[in-house]
Amino acid sequence: MSTEVIAWPRTEESSRPLVDRLHAWVTTVDHKRLGLMYILYALVFLVIGGIEATIMRIQLSAAHKAFVSPQVFNRMFTMHGTTMIFFVVMPLVFGLANYLVPLMIGARDMAFPRLNAFSFWLTAFGGILLYFSFIGANGLYGAGNAPDVGWFAYAPLTSSTFSPGHSTDFWTLGLLVSGFGSIGTAINIIVTILCMRCPGMKLGKMPLLVWLNLVMGGLVILAVSPLSAAQIMLLIDRYLGGHFFDTQAGGSAVIWMHFFWIFGHPEVYVLVIPAFAAASEIIPVFSRKAIFGYPVMVAATVCIGFIGMSVWAHHMFTVGMSSNANTFFVLTTMAIAVPTGIKIFNWLATMWGGKIEFKSPMLFCTGFLFQFLVAGLTGIMLGAAPFDWQLGNSYFVVAHFHYVIVGGIMFCLFGAFYYWFPKMSGRMYNEALGRLHFWLFLIGFHLTFDFMHIPGMLGMPRRIYTYEPGRGWDTWNLIVTIGVFFQGLGILVFAVNLLLSSVRGKIAGNDPWDAWTLEWATSSPPPAYNFAVIPSVKSRRPLWDLKHPEDPDWEYE
Amino acid sequence: MVSTLEVFCFQIFQMGILMQSTLNNPAKRPLLKVLPILFCLAPDCFAEAGVFSSPTNIFAPASTPANSIFGLSLFVLAITATIFMIVVSLLTYAAVKFRKRTDDDGREPAQVYGSNQVEIAWTVIPVLIVVVLFMATARVIASVQRTVPANALQVVVVGHQFWWEYRYPGLKVVTANELHVPVGSPTALKLLSADTDHSFWVPRLAGKTDLIPNLTNGTWIDPQETGLYLGQCAQYCGTQHAKMLLRVYVQSPNDFERWIQEQSQPAHLSAAVSEGRRIFEATACMNCHTVAGTPADGRFGPDLTHLMSRDTIGAGVATNNHENLRLWIQDPSAFKPGALMPAMGLNDRELNAVTAYLETLR
Repeated sequence: MSTEVIAWPRTEESSRPLVDRLHAWVTTVDHKRLGLMYILYALVFLVIGGIEATIMRIQLSAAHKAFVSPQVFNRMFTMHGTTMIFFVVMPLVFGLANYLVPLMIGARDMAFPRLNAFSFWLTAFGGILLYFSFIGANGLYGAGNAPDVGWFAYAPLTSSTFSPGHSTDFWTLGLLVSGFGSIGTAINIIVTILCMRCPGMKLGKMPLLVWLNLVMGGLVILAVSPLSAAQIMLLIDRYLGGHFFDTQAGGSAVIWMHFFWIFGHPEVYVLVIPAFAAASEIIPVFSRKAIFGYPVMVAATVCIGFIGMSVWAHHMFTVGMSSNANTFFVLTTMAIAVPTGIKIFNWLATMWGGKIEFKSPMLFCTGFLFQFLVAGLTGIMLGAAPFDWQLGNSYFVVAHFHYVIVGGIMFCLFGAFYYWFPKMSGRMYNEALGRLHFWLFLIGFHLTFDFMHIPGMLGMPRRIYTYEPGRGWDTWNLIVTIGVFFQGLGILVFAVNLLLSSVRGKIAGNDPWDAWTLEWATSSPPPAYNFAVIPSVKSRRPLWDLKHPEDPDWEYE
Repeated sequence: MVSTLEVFCFQIFQMGILMQSTLNNPAKRPLLKVLPILFCLAPDCFAEAGVFSSPTNIFAPASTPANSIFGLSLFVLAITATIFMIVVSLLTYAAVKFRKRTDDDGREPAQVYGSNQVEIAWTVIPVLIVVVLFMATARVIASVQRTVPANALQVVVVGHQFWWEYRYPGLKVVTANELHVPVGSPTALKLLSADTDHSFWVPRLAGKTDLIPNLTNGTWIDPQETGLYLGQCAQYCGTQHAKMLLRVYVQSPNDFERWIQEQSQPAHLSAAVSEGRRIFEATACMNCHTVAGTPADGRFGPDLTHLMSRDTIGAGVATNNHENLRLWIQDPSAFKPGALMPAMGLNDRELNAVTAYLETLR
C-alpha cells in the first residue's frame, strides 16, 4: 500500500460559527460523523437506562420496600430493557460499524451515505418517540404513563383491553421506526462490505471486524423484519379490529412469542457479534500476535449466524410446547455452544505465547473473555429445558443475560471505545482513569450480577416490584443493589475521562497502538475522505506488512 | 436423599449406555462411582447453609418432576463447572505467563496463524460434551412431560389478574389461592387463563408452566411430604404480578378427604349476619364473587363460599384476620395497588356488617 500521502492538511473547522458547525453535523452524510452521533446518542441513553435500573434496584434492596409504586416499577423495567437493547447497544454497535468498516476496508464512505444518515435519524427519532410517552401518553389520553408491558410485551397484555391508552402504541411505534433505521443500516453495511473494498482486499483478507459486521448485517435483516411485522400486526389488532394476538377473539398469544423471539434471539447475536468483532481486533494487537485461526473464526461466526436463527423457542420452554419441540430447541441451543467455544479458544490461543500489554482496551477484553465464558455456561444450564423450567423467568435468567450484555458486550464495547478513541478524537484518553473505570465497573458488575443468580435459584421470579420477607432473598438483593452504585461510579469516571481527554488529552498520532489494520494508516481523526490515495493491500494485516517488509503476512496466508 | 442417589445412579448409568463404545462397564469406572456421591453432597450443602435456606429453593425438591429436574441440574452444573475451571485456568495462566515483561526487548513475538490439529480438537471435544448433555436433557424432558400418571387427581387451575382459581371437577369444590392436594399421590393440574399470561411455579414441586389464554397447558406434582409449599406467578401478568402468590397445602389422605368434604358443602348461612349478606347481595360484590347457596354467583373474583377456611386473603398478600379482611373490603389497594377489586365505598356500619357476614363463611 501507499504511504506517501495519508491526508492533506486539515482546514481549520473551529473558526466557523457554532450554528454552522451544528448544522454541518445535522446534515452530514459522513460515515464517521454518523458513527460518532450513534455512539453519543447511545451514551445518553445508557445514562437514562442506568437511572431506570438504579430505581428498580433501590426498590428491590429489601423486602416490601415502597420506594416506587408498582406501576412506576413496571414502567421502569419495560423502559430499561427496551432502552438498553434498542437505544444503547444497537446504536453503539451500529456506530462502531459505521465508523470503522469503511476505514478498515479502505473505502471513502459507506455505499449509501444518504441512506446512512436517514437510518441514523430514524433510530434517533424512534428513541425520542419512545421517551415522549412519559409526557405524550398523558397529554393525549389522560392515561399518564410510559409503556409497562415488559420489553417483550407478551400478548394479550398489549391488547387494548389490558393496555388502554397510548403507552403501548409509543412502544410499538418507537421500535417500528427505529427498526426501519436498523434495516437500512444493515443493508448499507452489507453492500459497503461487498462492494467497496480496496484493491487486494478479497473476502478472505478482510479484518475480522469487517467479517463479523457482515454477519451482523445479515442477522439484522433477518431478525428485525419479523419484529416489524409483529409490531404492525399489533397495531392492526389495537386499531383496526384485527385478532392476531387478541385471545378474547380467538387470537394466539403464543404466535406473538414466536414472532418476538425469532427476532429476540438473533438480536442477541446482532449485539454480541460486533462485540466479538472488537475483541478480535483488540486482543491480537495487545498480544502482539496475529489472530489465531482466522478462517475458523470466520466460519464459527457464520455458523453462529445460521444456528442463531434456529434457537428462538428456548425462550419458550415453559409455554407448553410438545416434548419433541422442546427437545429440538435444546439441541440447537446446545449446538451453538460449539462455535462460541471455538471463538473463545481462538482468542485464548491468540494471547498464548504473545506479549500481552494490559492497557485499558485489553483489560476490558480480558474481563469480557472471563464473563462471556460464564454467560455461555449459564446459557447451557438454561438451554437444558427441564433446568429452564425452574430457572426460566427467574432472576437467574436476568443475571445470565446481563452477564452476556454487560459482562460480555458492554465490556467489549468499552474496550473498543478506549481502543479507537485516539482515532476518533485525535487525542489519547487518560490511562489511569481508564483503569479506574475498569476496576470500579468490574467490582460493581460482579457484585451485582454474580449474586443475582442466587435469588433466582431460590425461586425469585423476575419483574416483581416487591417480594415477601422470609424467602431468603433479602441479603442477595441488597448486595446486588450495592453493586449498582459501583457500576454507576465507573460510568462517571468513564464520562469524565471522555470529556477531559477529548479536550485536553495528549495528541495521539496516527497509530498509537502500533496496530495493523487500515484505519491506523490515516490521520487521527481521519479526514472526510478517509484516504488521500486509496490503499491496496496484500494481506489481512497491511500495516504489519509495511512495518515488517522482511517478514510480511502475505507469505503465509 | 436416597431417591436423589437413585436418580443420579440411573442418570450416570444412562450416560454409560450412550457412550457404550468408550465406556463398556460404567459400574467399574471410579469417576462414575464418585460423581453421584458428589452430586448428593452438593444439595445438602445448598440446603443446610443458612444463607441458602428458602421455602422456594429449587435445590430442595419434594416431588418427582422437581426431583428429575434437580438430578439433571446437578449433572449440568458438574459439567459446566468443570469446563469453567479448565478454561479459567488457561485464561489466568495466559494472562500471567504471557504478560509483556518490564525488561522486554521490544521484538514482536513469534507469529502463529493457527493450527488445524488444535482447531479440530477444540471442535470435537465440545461436540461430544454437547451430545452427552443433549441426551441427558432429552431423557428428563420425556420423563417429566410424557409421563403424567394416569390415576392422578384432576385439578383445573385458572390464572386471573392477580389471583388463582382452583376447581376440582367431579368433587364440586371451587376455591382460590390456596391449593390443597393429597400427599404421596399424583395430582394433574390443567392450566388455563382467564385474561393474560401467567405461570404456575412452586419450585419444590415442579418447574414452571405458563397459563395462556386460548391454550390448555398441564403439569403434574406428587408431593412426598405434607406441609405448605410456596411459589408465585412467574410470568409478568400486569400491575400486581408480584403479589400473585401460590400456596400449596399438601395433606395426609384423611385430612385431604375431610377438606374436600367441607369445601363441597354450600355456605353455612347464619341469620345473625343477614344485614351483611343483604349489603353483599345488593352491591356489586355479588357480580364478581360466588357464595354457594346464595344468589351470589359471580366468577370474576375468588369464590368466597369457604373464605374463612383460608389462611390468607388477596392471593397470599395478608393473613386472613378481622382487621385485614375489613381493610381489604374497605380498600384493596391498601394491600395491592392495581388489584382489580374496587374500593366499594361502604360506610363503617356497612363495612362491619359485610365483614361479619364474610367471617361466617367457614
